[in-house]
Amino acid sequence: MGASRRLLFFIGTAVAGVILFIFFAPPAKSVDYSTEVKPLLNKKCIACHGGVKKSGGISFLFREEMITEGESGQMAVVPGRPGQSEVIRRITHTDPEVRMPPEGVPLTKEEIDLLSRWIEEGAEWGEHWAYKPIEHSELPAYPVSNSSNENTTGKWGLNEIDRFVIKKLVDEGIYPNEPADCASLVRRLSLDLIGLPPTPEMVEQFCKDPNEDHYQALVDTLLKDPAFGEHWASHWLDLARYADTKGFERDVHREIWHYRDWLIRAFNQDMPYDQFTVEQLAGDLLPNPTADQYTATAFHRNTMSNDEGGTDNEEYRVQAIMDRVNTTWGVWLGTTMNCVQCHSHPYDPIRHEDFYSSYAFFNNSRDEDTHHDSPRYRYYEDTDSAKVDSIRAYIQALSLPSGEVREQAIQSVAQLVYTTEPKIHPHYFEFVENSAHGDTKTLVFYPNGLVKLPKFTIGKDSLLLISFGGVPDGGTLTIHRDSRDGPLISTIELKNEYRGKNVFFPVSPWKEAADLYFSYTPAPGKADNLSMTWMVFYQPPFAGFEPIEKDVLSLLNARGVLSVPVMMESKDKYERTTQVFERGNWLVHGDTVQPGVPGVFENSVNAPLTNRLDLAHWITSPQNPLTARVAVNRFWEQLFGRGLVETSEDFGSQGALPSHPKLLDKLAYRFMHTHQWRIKSLLREIVSSATYRQSSTVSSAKLEKDPYNILLSRGPRVRLSAEQVRDQTLAVSGLLSKKMYGPPVMPPQPDGIWSVVYNGAQWVPSTGEDRYRRAVYTYWRRTSPYPSMVSFDAPSREFCVVRRIRTNTPLQALVALNDPVFLEAAQALAKTSSLRSKGVEEDMQAIFQKAIYRMPTQSEFQQLRQVYQDALTEYQNDEQAAIDLLTPQDQLLFNSVAAEMPPPDCQEKECAELAAMTVVANVILNLDAFITKE
Amino acid sequence: MKLFEELQHNYHKHRTRRHFLQQCATGLGAFAMGGLTGCGTPNSPEDKLMDALAGKNILGIPHFAPRAKRVIFLHMAGAPSQLELFDYKPELEKLDGLDCPPSLLEGKRFAFIRGVPKMLGPQATFRQHGESGAWISDNLPHLAKSADDIAFLKACHTDQFNHAPAQLLLYTGFANLGRPSMGSWVTYGLGSENNNLPSFVVLVSGGKTPSAGKSIWGSGFLPTIYQGVQCRSKGDPVLYVSDPVGMPRNLRKRTIEAINRLNEEHYQDVGDPEILTRIGQYEMAYRMQMSVPEVMDISQEPEHILNLYGAEPGAASFANNCLLARKLVENDVRFVQLFDWGWDAHGTGADTGLRAGLQEKCRQIDQATAALLTDLKQRGLLEETLVVWGGEFGRTPMQENRNGKINPFKGRDHHTEAFTTWMAGGGIKGGVSYGETDEIGYYGIKDRVHVHDLQATVLHQLGLNHEKLTFQFQGRDYRLTDVHGHVVRDILA
Repeated sequence: MGASRRLLFFIGTAVAGVILFIFFAPPAKSVDYSTEVKPLLNKKCIACHGGVKKSGGISFLFREEMITEGESGQMAVVPGRPGQSEVIRRITHTDPEVRMPPEGVPLTKEEIDLLSRWIEEGAEWGEHWAYKPIEHSELPAYPVSNSSNENTTGKWGLNEIDRFVIKKLVDEGIYPNEPADCASLVRRLSLDLIGLPPTPEMVEQFCKDPNEDHYQALVDTLLKDPAFGEHWASHWLDLARYADTKGFERDVHREIWHYRDWLIRAFNQDMPYDQFTVEQLAGDLLPNPTADQYTATAFHRNTMSNDEGGTDNEEYRVQAIMDRVNTTWGVWLGTTMNCVQCHSHPYDPIRHEDFYSSYAFFNNSRDEDTHHDSPRYRYYEDTDSAKVDSIRAYIQALSLPSGEVREQAIQSVAQLVYTTEPKIHPHYFEFVENSAHGDTKTLVFYPNGLVKLPKFTIGKDSLLLISFGGVPDGGTLTIHRDSRDGPLISTIELKNEYRGKNVFFPVSPWKEAADLYFSYTPAPGKADNLSMTWMVFYQPPFAGFEPIEKDVLSLLNARGVLSVPVMMESKDKYERTTQVFERGNWLVHGDTVQPGVPGVFENSVNAPLTNRLDLAHWITSPQNPLTARVAVNRFWEQLFGRGLVETSEDFGSQGALPSHPKLLDKLAYRFMHTHQWRIKSLLREIVSSATYRQSSTVSSAKLEKDPYNILLSRGPRVRLSAEQVRDQTLAVSGLLSKKMYGPPVMPPQPDGIWSVVYNGAQWVPSTGEDRYRRAVYTYWRRTSPYPSMVSFDAPSREFCVVRRIRTNTPLQALVALNDPVFLEAAQALAKTSSLRSKGVEEDMQAIFQKAIYRMPTQSEFQQLRQVYQDALTEYQNDEQAAIDLLTPQDQLLFNSVAAEMPPPDCQEKECAELAAMTVVANVILNLDAFITKE
Repeated sequence: MKLFEELQHNYHKHRTRRHFLQQCATGLGAFAMGGLTGCGTPNSPEDKLMDALAGKNILGIPHFAPRAKRVIFLHMAGAPSQLELFDYKPELEKLDGLDCPPSLLEGKRFAFIRGVPKMLGPQATFRQHGESGAWISDNLPHLAKSADDIAFLKACHTDQFNHAPAQLLLYTGFANLGRPSMGSWVTYGLGSENNNLPSFVVLVSGGKTPSAGKSIWGSGFLPTIYQGVQCRSKGDPVLYVSDPVGMPRNLRKRTIEAINRLNEEHYQDVGDPEILTRIGQYEMAYRMQMSVPEVMDISQEPEHILNLYGAEPGAASFANNCLLARKLVENDVRFVQLFDWGWDAHGTGADTGLRAGLQEKCRQIDQATAALLTDLKQRGLLEETLVVWGGEFGRTPMQENRNGKINPFKGRDHHTEAFTTWMAGGGIKGGVSYGETDEIGYYGIKDRVHVHDLQATVLHQLGLNHEKLTFQFQGRDYRLTDVHGHVVRDILA
């Protein structure tokens, strides 16, 4: 057959095929709502017919809002009848005035066809993939491959993860990479699991015999390393928006580092993720919460608070609650709840009211944007802790009606001693005469001042605890009910010794709500002011409270007690109701709502959800379709640089679809049921896969086919995080301190970085080993985070950041080249290598090997040697330059230097050599291979 | 002739530097493949045009012909009093000392005013200036001479009455944290014109960072390359731009060459294009090391220019920053943002009083602001440089009575309903007064301009449609003006 005849034959067959297809085509595959229809609706329709706008009375967000008569009187969609559906008429109309969408490209024939078929098939609503229950996925069969190389295709893989990966790879016609060389693999594993590079011994030992048992042993060692917790906490701190300051204008210090330490311990102890979740969201609501469980709840006390004068505490309390709602949904459920603050979700089936049902879970906490960050849990130590014990012993010894009463009594006193709640804050008061809300922080009485606490129910409370600011010697504070001269509740004779103290006073109980008038009369002839920061009405849980009153007060007045802000629930008379804010405006209240989760999650709710603890239990229930998927995806993202769902912050219909949906579900299922929510076991499974252990090199063919490594055809190659960049630099140079926990530290930072309005805080450089602590311990000021970390994409931590976007900027180059911390590392490397010097060339190789975990190639070595020679010439001619380069740069550049460091310890010739070697080390510490995990 | 000589001098200097840097074709530049820089990278104008023609992402070229290439935004942090500067209210004088009528207080929230405050007449003398007859107080004698170059927006308003949220609303379009700032949006939309300098530079004076902190020049959810780079007048102008002490510049150049060669070699092995970007960024870093200190050094400016601004090399002042702003736009920096702290005239102390306190702040900025306009104009830069001046909100016609007590000095509280912002250059009509407030300056009664409208107008002058400059984040298209904003067309030339 000639070529032309072959062509004719081909055309003939093709035409016949088409005709056959038209007549005998099997019924087309039915349309899938989630993957086919919903993306099209999101793209073309939902901007005008969705949760924000509902043009023409039609929305495609909920099925019932679509199968309805629009304002035109026509049914938008008539299931089964595309011909009668207005939507089809409008998208196919020839008149551009009538055709939908009104702007932009009309729907293609295929898209119109898809919608018609879907309506024809009944316009069934499908469930979004991420809202379907997590089920055990079957392992895919090994792909049939025509490659002869069994190692790279065929039965490739080491564990179940690989079965899903190879299937997809072969389907796409590409093959996995070779395993990474052993040194790269150990470095990758170590940076991934503990955030630090491996020790040279670790690499040497493993590379001698890199078999599976040794690999597993290596994984074990790293998982047990205390540095593990520090590394994984660093990432979680972004989610928790942890910082050491409060944010906004004044951005003053907040002591909350106990939470960071709790987090590190939780990761190191491999606390199961469900418990980890419950304790952070609702540790305070667990029965008889421990100090640790309280500490965990500081997760949600990392919200910012505004100390700017003239701000409304309620406004910023509301903002903090909104932030908690958004953060909870974002961190655990990958859902962008913030879209629903002002209107229904534009794309996902979540209604405006749903935001406020979630808000209701959080709306009852005691914190109210006050200056002192109440409630704070106080950690008593030594003699203070002995006092707590003696109070407990006293109550134990009382004759009380029952064990239950006793337990309640202990809890009541414990709450008073540990958190001093529920507090009445100055902003509760109306300032009637000669009184003020001083700097929006304190309750100030000028002489003859009068304030009113409106509609307060004293109930059975018989004690009033006042936390005083300035107190005059003499003068009286009286409290009356109903009016300024109404029945007397209490008379307090003021004494100078109350200044800055907490003091108890008796009050008369009164069962009904009443306005309470507090009036201050100064001593005759005096004109002093009186001020207080808060007060607590308290009902002693048993008769005979007086004997322990003194101990309680001495605890409450103890100075220097460390504490942490915590969550605490308002009860009884302090409870709040929750109303919808119309269009998100907190001053415009709509309907009252009850706690609950959006209807789309109904199937996973087993019992009514009434408080934060219920919410936490729902989140961690195995029926919850999102929690495990979101968590597993985020751990995967940490290891591979990209999640199986790329948008780790959004599992909604606008987020990315999973690249390997079955693998995601498999891991999520195993995380809950096989690994029992244990993060270390999950990580072990992932790092044990052949997928993880591939080499990260990439051919141009692969780059073309899979530029972002979505198919996982190679190992991860990702620039290190800001924290890792610092930690690794200090680690390879031998400077890194292993000290764990404690207050944040201040490594060298240029002068003048901190200059915040109305705030005199100073950057005081840390001394001793605190200069070289891991990044997780660096003081984090929200308006001015540590500059070199910001350059490497660390967020400000003002709000929750689920996913850091990595950039590659010249400012990063400037940090790595010139930041004194990085230069000090180069100095240290040069110095240590010179101590065991076998010669300049060996030194250079040793430094390279230390940082990059391989020997330099011949031509790399040439480059380094050339730099060394050039630098040496320079420094031989300029001795002072050599000495300067060997001096810690902060000593030369910054005013705020902690302590004098010793001058460089070298003689002329030595100095020049040492300086030249420092320059070489500086080059090596700037290599892409160094700041990248390969 | 002084200006001409100076231009000649600069021209030669510029040529020499260009020769040294040889930005694109040879030397270090050979590996450059991406990032912030222009030449030979996928971000080059040619490539962008090709992308645009191919219907791809058209970021990097404007939506329509721009009237301004650059912006200098002068922000008086703390909010300057319009009633002592531009919005002359003789009627308020007559009410001075009288109780504020309840109608102005009902349903209102103020930061500090409690109970019934007194009305407070203008605390400055006003005169009309220029052919346009613009009312400007004697606090700003220098600026008054430029009245005919300026369009005053007298009825600006905002939604937020605390500093930090109001600054966030003005610069990020949203009162809470987390959104990109105006300069970030602009650099994201237009890219960089510049191979040696960041395209969005921030200069701060008055001794403090503004209330909302660095978030008002942050990039929010945009990649961090779009965030403003704060240049400092003391220490390194850009953090870590100086070589370590003891590292001579030629050696630094050698090290960067070595780093790039080693990276290039590694690229041949592993094939990750990110390495090429890094190589480009190290070159950019080096160019910044070369040009930033020079641009940021005003000591080489001729005496008459220093005198024009009232600038003193070495000081941290608004005057120095104005001069730097000119130098930066001259070097094709796209967005220059100045913040000057200390305008919060509550009257709680002498420095925050409306007499001596405000006069001192005005003295610190008046000459330099006027000089900036004059200098830009004489260099032919004003036409394509939009200068904006304003605060985050206005101040009340009532005297502040903090906590119900009269403050020791005459002061005004924060006010959202009316304040003055002005614009000049960059395709804005000069000698225009747009918008009116009522007779006491409490409400805008005609041609009100919301901060979202200001944002829309700034973007418009740069050739950007504020409704089309969007970025998808968490499933939603975000923009600077949120769902609001109208371009103030009546002031466009």
